[in-house]
Amino acid sequence: MSAVGIVLISHSDKIAEGLYELLRQVEQNVAIELAGGTDEGGIGTSLDKILQAIEKADSGEGVLLFYDLGSAKMNAELAIELAGKDNAYLVEAPLIEGAYIGTVEAGIGKRLHDIIEGIQKQFTVINE
Amino acid sequence: MNLTTQETIQWIERANSVFQEKKDELTELDQVIGDGDHGINMARGFQAAAEKLQAGSYATPSDALKDAAMTLLSKIGGASGPLYGSAFLKLSSSTKGAETISFDQFKEAMSEATDSLKMRGKAEESDKTMIDVWGPFTAYLQVQSDVQPDEWIEKLADAKEKTKDMQANKGRAAYYKEKSVGHMDAGAASTYYLFAALAEILKERGE
Repeated sequence: MSAVGIVLISHSDKIAEGLYELLRQVEQNVAIELAGGTDEGGIGTSLDKILQAIEKADSGEGVLLFYDLGSAKMNAELAIELAGKDNAYLVEAPLIEGAYIGTVEAGIGKRLHDIIEGIQKQFTVINE
Repeated sequence: MNLTTQETIQWIERANSVFQEKKDELTELDQVIGDGDHGINMARGFQAAAEKLQAGSYATPSDALKDAAMTLLSKIGGASGPLYGSAFLKLSSSTKGAETISFDQFKEAMSEATDSLKMRGKAEESDKTMIDVWGPFTAYLQVQSDVQPDEWIEKLADAKEKTKDMQANKGRAAYYKEKSVGHMDAGAASTYYLFAALAEILKERGE
């Protein structure tokens, strides 16, 4: 059975890679794609990397994108628009904890919108 | 105005030369209240855009602007990539099909591009961003009937200077809160250089 895919977007490829390790420790069967750093490997985000990660992470069940800082969000929003997918969502949650919940829930077979709802519930208290 | 395809390409080439020259200045502005990569990012993005346009063949200014937009989106990096990319996409889509861009078309395109920047960056005027140059410059253009290159540069410089007194509400500079006051916004400075380059090209052909 295919699961919801996860995309990790960070200004630093090391942050993305470190988070990947953390997530793989608990979940091996969910697609987790990385978009860390610029095309040249510097600090920043790359629209192309995010686009490719969305494509790779999508097995038909949808994709959840998690990001770290401001411009990553703009690039992620643009990538979702350009990818033309209506099953890719940018999640407003702290990168590490949000991606952790998303990955675990995808791993136990939860559907896209249930996962989003679960994460939103988890972080609404902080947002208020 | 009637900006031709060739002049559109020249504009991007000129902007590239300026960004190469001003790379350190823009980076220094960004270092004070940001992440210090604006000069390098603009120089890299516009160099790639200029090379792309030089190698291409375009029927209309809109086609050239679209290729410039796509290159800026993927090559600038930082927050300026999606912002300048979105703005150039609007300049392109707004002038689609036109053999040359008339002043009226340019005014409309600038208005749409400024709106897209506000939407993409979720920012308004006075947030101490590039919108503080795009916005006032576009508003000035709307009440003009012809192109006055020297006045353009004056208005652009004036708008850029005004960002010094603002407190940042958006972008990395927002983390500095009141400490951001007193420094010019780097995106406002690069927007000044971008349109000053266009003003120079229009001036050289006698407007």
